[in-house]
Amino acid sequence: MSATMQQSQGTAHVPERPIIELIGITKRFEKKLDFIGKLAQKLGAPIREEIVHAVDNVNLSIRKGEVVGLVGESGCGKSTLGRVVAGIMPPSDGEVLWRGRNIASLHGAEAKEAKLRAQMIFQDPYASLNPRMKVQDIVGEAPLVHGMTTRGGFDTYVDEQLRRAGLDPTLKKRYPHQFSGGQRQRIGIARALAVQPEFLVCDESVAALDVSIQAQILNLFMKLRADLDLTYLFISHDLGVVEHLSDRVVIMYLGRVVEQAPSEEIFARANHPYTVSLLSSVPRIEARKRAFATVKGEIPSPLNPPPGCHFHPRCPHAFDRCKVEVPALKEIAPGHLSACHLNG
Amino acid sequence: MSVATLEVRNLQTHFFTRAGVVKAVDGVSFTVGRGKVLGLVGESGSGKTVTGFSIIGLVDEPGRVVGGEILFHGQNLARLSEEEMRQLRGNRIAMIFQDPMMTLNPVLRIDTQMIETVLAHTKVSHEEARQRCRDTLGMVGIPSPEERLKSYPHQFSGGMRQRVAIAIALLHRPELIIADEPTTALDVTIQGQILAEVQKLAINTGTSLIWITHDLSVVAGLADDIAVMYAGRVVEDGPVSEVLDKPLHPYTHGLIGSVPSRNKRGEPLRQIPGMTPSLLKLPPGCAFRSRCDRATAECAAPIELMELTLGRHARCIHPHMEAVAA
Ligand SMILES: Nc1ncnc2c1ncn2[C@@H]1O[C@H](COP(=O)(O)OP(=O)(O)OP(=O)(O)O)[C@@H](O)[C@H]1O
Ligand SMILES: Nc1ncnc2c1ncn2[C@@H]1O[C@H](COP(=O)(O)OP(=O)(O)OP(=O)(O)O)[C@@H](O)[C@H]1O
Ligand code: SF4
Ligand code: SF4
Ligand SMILES: [Mg+2]
Ligand SMILES: [Mg+2]
Repeated sequence: MSATMQQSQGTAHVPERPIIELIGITKRFEKKLDFIGKLAQKLGAPIREEIVHAVDNVNLSIRKGEVVGLVGESGCGKSTLGRVVAGIMPPSDGEVLWRGRNIASLHGAEAKEAKLRAQMIFQDPYASLNPRMKVQDIVGEAPLVHGMTTRGGFDTYVDEQLRRAGLDPTLKKRYPHQFSGGQRQRIGIARALAVQPEFLVCDESVAALDVSIQAQILNLFMKLRADLDLTYLFISHDLGVVEHLSDRVVIMYLGRVVEQAPSEEIFARANHPYTVSLLSSVPRIEARKRAFATVKGEIPSPLNPPPGCHFHPRCPHAFDRCKVEVPALKEIAPGHLSACHLNG
Repeated sequence: MSVATLEVRNLQTHFFTRAGVVKAVDGVSFTVGRGKVLGLVGESGSGKTVTGFSIIGLVDEPGRVVGGEILFHGQNLARLSEEEMRQLRGNRIAMIFQDPMMTLNPVLRIDTQMIETVLAHTKVSHEEARQRCRDTLGMVGIPSPEERLKSYPHQFSGGMRQRVAIAIALLHRPELIIADEPTTALDVTIQGQILAEVQKLAINTGTSLIWITHDLSVVAGLADDIAVMYAGRVVEDGPVSEVLDKPLHPYTHGLIGSVPSRNKRGEPLRQIPGMTPSLLKLPPGCAFRSRCDRATAECAAPIELMELTLGRHARCIHPHMEAVAA
């Protein structure tokens, strides 16, 4: 294990077999016209079937023990990509490889094992917790089924999981609605960690926590990584948290990866104009009573993405080529990839 | 003399559960003036949401407001009938819920829900109502609002649902908005857009805001005053810049020290040691005692919120006064 750890803490060009690999992942959501819609279309109304291009041809590999931060504008496809990676949602195109094998080709026990080993902490703690189950069962049921604990050890096991996530174990007989927002989020964290996963997709997992409890959870994540070599895809809009935690950061814009680089590199030398604008607008605790700015330019829609570089309507450097040609994601420094025509 | 938009005095909201009485809110007081923004922060589980629910009269069984006054333009909301409260809600007072699905109905299209809200309180045509919905969605940064109006909530991303809930609260330009973690799922760009709209509303229409959040940088940029909650009580309040720069209460002090940008990358983040005491069996005296590095024997006696310097209060007998003196 320690050899893997050392390698994974090295730079991105150390070749090593990834735990998870995405090859050309695309996810579309199609909204079919209903009967009235079809009729109206026949009669000449300017309506069409709508397709949301949530994720567009994403390639990404994550090494064992690595923490990859995933950042991007609301609605750009992060949760969708997270669901695909965790094996909860099939992609429209492309392959997800789990330890080198396509998860779509796994069956029976192997498929179950892969599902269990990759867990997702959902963005929406309310919708993802069964309102009719007591917290002890939400957290303890799966570990019991999968033999991580026994009937006799159940209480101790659940108590430990709750305490680790900063929850008072004496509340374990309560139902989800009897908890505060941040407490519910921690129930989701405890549930995911209770099955002892190897790979964790954290989708805005600490957004509802005050900074002290957030620190406690992030410290727990880092400890699990050091002790058990746990791997993370960490989705967050909080760049301070992402910077603190991640080895590598991936930036998405409207379904596509536009930049990725080791964490220090991206915060020191962002290349893509979207990343640059994102990093410059981070609010700081030191800035008092300031005037917030409305978005400059139009926010593009995944229903109808702009051609060429998706960012061109808002990009201060856009030129003619940007409007017609999709920029390829190219390596501009070791381990640093960016998709912008300014790089030639 | 003008009255404040909202004045909460000694609010107490308790849950009468089988395991005992949970004193979720236990003596909370604060004031929000016209066009002012109060940032309400504090530990997860400290009673911020229950405070909001108490103000708009949505505390559910087995919970009850058992004490205190909630004065909205001087009128005590705690004494209004359910029908009178319903008239105020959504119209003059709006709440943006921490869970957007408390606002949204999963089986109805967004347009149905939003237009209904407009028509419930205003006499406009269906088309005008639709126009207003479209504009408001655009205001919160939802692209292609016309097409998106025809979607169902599950077809939206987490942050988009949150923005629809914000849009619904903004529809009537209410006099008071209680926003409960409204931008947790939003990136800084879209968050900036929404905060800009909210600031406009406060300046142009005099809307008062209670902004509940864990994001201290948002509070720093948006709020005039701040109230910090711990275990059902306000432990510190005052003007934003003073509280954030020179926190008096040891809890506030520890909280600000845990912000990631104030910690070194890759190293463990500072956190306040220990765990929140159970609200079921809060010991008398300071609730922060078991975790406080300044605690003494005197802290076991009941401690009131005291004015320590002009306009600043803290519930502590050994506050960080050295910061203020310096
Ligand atoms: N129905 C209920 N029954 C019993 N206790 C409850 C109930 N609802 C809330 N509580 C408790 O009341 C306390 C205050 O909850 P509240 O939701 O106001 O916290 P909060 O400050 O909003 O926290 P967060 O930041 O995590 O959302 C919590 O400790 C919670 O467990
Ligand atoms: N089930 C669905 N049906 C139709 N469209 C969907 C569905 N799920 C997501 N989408 C669309 O896919 C796009 C990406 O959504 P996703 O939830 O992945 O965004 P996100 O990056 O996680 O955003 P946020 O930061 O707001 O959570 C959005 O435009 C959304 O409307
Ligand atoms: S490709 Fe063109 S529009 Fe896109 S980010 Fe680069 S310069 Fe801007
Ligand atoms: S009253 Fe005592 S225990 Fe409470 S915060 Fe102040 S010093 Fe700490
Ligand atoms: Mg999401
Ligand atoms: Mg809350």
